[in-house]
Amino acid sequence: MGNMKQCKDLKIVAVERPNDGYVLLKLTDAEPLPEIRAGQFVEIRVDNSPSTFLRRPISVNFVDEARNELWLLIQIVGEGTRHLSQLQVGDMLNVLFPLGNGFSQGVAGERVLLVGGGVGIAPLLEYAKQLRKVGATPYLLLGGRSANNLLQLELFRQYGEVYVTTEDGSMGEKGFVTNHSILSPLGESEGAFRISCCGPKPMMMAVARWAKEHQVRCEVSLENLMACGLGACLCCVEKTVRGNVCVCKEGPVFDIEELTWA
Amino acid sequence: MADIRTKIAGLQMVSPVMTASGTFGYGLEFAELVDLSQIGGIIMKGTTLNPREGNDYPRMAETASGMLNCVGLQNKGVDYFCEHIYPQVKDIPTNMIVNVSGSSPDDYAECAARINELENIPAIELNISCPNVKQGGMAFGVTTEGASQVVKAVREAYDKTLIVKLSPNVTNIADIARSVEDAGADAVSLINTLMGMAVDIERHKPRLSINTGGLSGPAVKPVAVRCVWQVAHAVQIPVIGLGGIMTAEDAIEFFMVGASAIEIGTGNFIDPAISVKVAQGISDWLDRHGSKSLQEIVGVI
Repeated sequence: MGNMKQCKDLKIVAVERPNDGYVLLKLTDAEPLPEIRAGQFVEIRVDNSPSTFLRRPISVNFVDEARNELWLLIQIVGEGTRHLSQLQVGDMLNVLFPLGNGFSQGVAGERVLLVGGGVGIAPLLEYAKQLRKVGATPYLLLGGRSANNLLQLELFRQYGEVYVTTEDGSMGEKGFVTNHSILSPLGESEGAFRISCCGPKPMMMAVARWAKEHQVRCEVSLENLMACGLGACLCCVEKTVRGNVCVCKEGPVFDIEELTWA
Repeated sequence: MADIRTKIAGLQMVSPVMTASGTFGYGLEFAELVDLSQIGGIIMKGTTLNPREGNDYPRMAETASGMLNCVGLQNKGVDYFCEHIYPQVKDIPTNMIVNVSGSSPDDYAECAARINELENIPAIELNISCPNVKQGGMAFGVTTEGASQVVKAVREAYDKTLIVKLSPNVTNIADIARSVEDAGADAVSLINTLMGMAVDIERHKPRLSINTGGLSGPAVKPVAVRCVWQVAHAVQIPVIGLGGIMTAEDAIEFFMVGASAIEIGTGNFIDPAISVKVAQGISDWLDRHGSKSLQEIVGVI
């Protein structure tokens, strides 16, 4: 099966609501799920939603190989995601996946700082797992507005040390991820770790700036508006040093050296 | 089993369903998801004489039952197509058709001439909704003179099947159709997108980088059906209908008002295999209604 794309109905086996603003859907299939690289995403068809039309792109949060489950952590931001949040166990969800390039393949012995904000933490859980699996060491640096916005911390702790920032100081260090004190100790061995980052664009830009100043390799996961998800329609392009490329196909993960804004 | 094979302007098609330019890439992007040999024809991404970067992001906005796009014909130019893409697509087992755009009749003609050399490309679809940069940016296809000028120039340079894609943003689409027929088109396809706009009210900005864009999807179907009906009654050459087709029933509407074949565009984003499913649905519909072939319902209205 490998990494070939599929478009099929998956069954919802669990629906969890970590807080009012999110839903976690756990999906399974009668057949084994395809190989999925951390950082890849899916395009979900939203049914019975008269005011929406296109599929919704959602990153892969986690793959539980033993249970053959694909997890999608969805932030409820509009009509499409609101409909998805109202699905029930037993419902079928039509999913086009796996899409995109994914985060850099982990290498045994390397240290990787995974920086996430908001729903951007979602793909980092699968990545932390895949990094551990190949003998790399992930560190998590997760930021949110408030303690209530920081999700799956217990799950992240299974794979690496977790450092947290909240804007209101209700958990961890107060401020943004770029303020966190961990960046200094890790930064002492500059060049001996790299960063993978996913979250709101201002956060990713701030992290990219820090990485450039400290000459640390850094990749970010972008979230441009998409239509086809397959690199065919050219709607989701991002300017890079090679010209316009599709976030859905040549991305969503880009090394900051490739981008013109970083 | 009803016969849905179609012959249109010299093209033999296993089904009357093609995929529209700009929505199916070069076909390769969809190869893992759908059997390309069951599609009547793939109309590839718009190609221009010289490379184009296209418009700035954002290039799309979702709308009720549709979407707006302002991609802006991003492509690496015809030479790159001939050298790098053609070798990858020439053996795809269906009609591989190149959509051609340009900013002057000479550009169009030169681009068409180079594609004329490619043995496995049986047809081109001419996008005349491009702005005529020498005439203040007004689209070629909004006047009979502009449309005729481009088609005549291309006809001289291209001797295979010439399909001309019409814009609905005109006063009288039947007049435009007649003028491209007179200029030598072998078939017309319609409609291209409708000009539209959307606003992000929280950011106080248009949603598209160049303010306006092309509307496609189910929202445009009634306009497309009306245009096909008007054009089919105005010209003798075959008419290919497109605009919001999502189901076999949608397609049947287009055949009844005079389309000999259809294209599906935006629908591919909802279901990558839609072109094959709709073809099957057309066949099933004909069976249920006792029709032995598609030809029995073409142009009955």
